[in-house]
Amino acid sequence: MFYFLHGARKVRGIDCEEVTVDQTAGADEGVLTSAHVLEYPYSRSVGPVIGAFLTGLRDGRILGASGSNGSVVVPPTEYDPETAEATGELVEVGPAGTVTSWAWIADPAPGQPLDHPFAWVLVRLDGATTSVLHVLDAPSPSEVRTGMRVRADFLPATERVGRIQDIRAFVPADDGGPG
Amino acid sequence: MAEAREPVTTLDTPIRLEYLFSAGIAQSKNLRGLAEGRFVGQRCPVCSKVYVPSRGSCPVDGVPTDEEVALGNTGTVTTFCVVNVPFAGQSIEIPYIVAQVLLDGADISFMGLIQEIPADQVRMGLRVEAVWVEPDQLGPSMASVKHFRPTGEPDAEYASYKDYT
Ligand SMILES: [Zn+2]
Repeated sequence: MFYFLHGARKVRGIDCEEVTVDQTAGADEGVLTSAHVLEYPYSRSVGPVIGAFLTGLRDGRILGASGSNGSVVVPPTEYDPETAEATGELVEVGPAGTVTSWAWIADPAPGQPLDHPFAWVLVRLDGATTSVLHVLDAPSPSEVRTGMRVRADFLPATERVGRIQDIRAFVPADDGGPG
Repeated sequence: MAEAREPVTTLDTPIRLEYLFSAGIAQSKNLRGLAEGRFVGQRCPVCSKVYVPSRGSCPVDGVPTDEEVALGNTGTVTTFCVVNVPFAGQSIEIPYIVAQVLLDGADISFMGLIQEIPADQVRMGLRVEAVWVEPDQLGPSMASVKHFRPTGEPDAEYASYKDYT
C-alpha cells in the first residue's frame, strides 16, 4: 500500500498509468488523492462452441446449440443448461427475434455500446428457446415494449472480427412475427 | 458470406478500472514528507510505538495516532530477499535486493530497494540510509526514495531488531 503513489509503470504488459497527484487541497493539510487506471489486456481462449458462435458472427450469422428436448440455446453452450447433457449440432437462428425484456438507458456511460440513449434487451431470436442480451437502438422508450419484433443489424463484413459487437445493435422490425 | 478464414479461437476482452485513490489524512502527511525528502511517522499515545507510514490509528490500541514524528534517514535491514527472476517490465538489473527497512526510531519496517552493495553481501542487521532523488524530482510518493545503501556502520545487534522481523 505504501507504494501506491508510485510512478507510471508497466507490469507484465499491464499499464498502470495512475499518478496524477492532486495537491490543490493545500500545502499542509488535506488528503492527497491520485487518479489510478488499472487495465488488463485479457485475451481469452473461447473453446469450440463459443468459437463457432463468434466465427458465425464474423460471417454474419447467429448460431445456437441444439439442446435436449428440442431447445436451442443462444448464445450456444457446450452443455444444456437444464439437463447438463452435451448439446448437439449448431443451428442458425434469427436474425430477427422478439424482445422478452428490456431496460432503457437514458444516459449511457462511457464504454457502453452506443453513445446515445438505447435499451438493453433480451431477445429471443427466431428458432431459439432462450434469450440473448444485446442492445436495441430505438429512438425512445415509448417505442420499446416486451413482445416487439427486432432484427440484428450487423456491422459491415470488413469490420466484423468475431465478437458479439459484430452485431452493432438490434433495431425495430415490423415484420409481423416469426416467418 | 463466409470467407475462407481461420475459425475464431480467442477473444480480446480488455478490462479497465478508473478510480480515485484517497491516501487518507495520516498517509497524506507521510507523502508530503516524502515530497520534502524526509520520513514522517506517527506515535501511539498508549503504547508509544511509531508507525511509518501511519494509517492514523494504532492497530493494537485502536486509538488515533495524532503525534507527528520526524524520522531520520537511517535504518536497519530486518529481512530481505534476493530477486533473481526476470519478469516483463522489470526496471532493475537482477539480482537485486528488496529488504524490510526499520528506520531508526520507528516500530514498523517498510519495503525498500537496497543498492550500492553486491547482492550476496546484503544481510540482516545491515545499516542503511535512504538515497533520495534529485530535489526537483521529489514528489509525494515512495519514488522519491531512489534506494537504500549501506552506511558503513557496524551491523546492528540482532536484539535491537528481533521484535521487528
Ligand atoms: Zn498503540
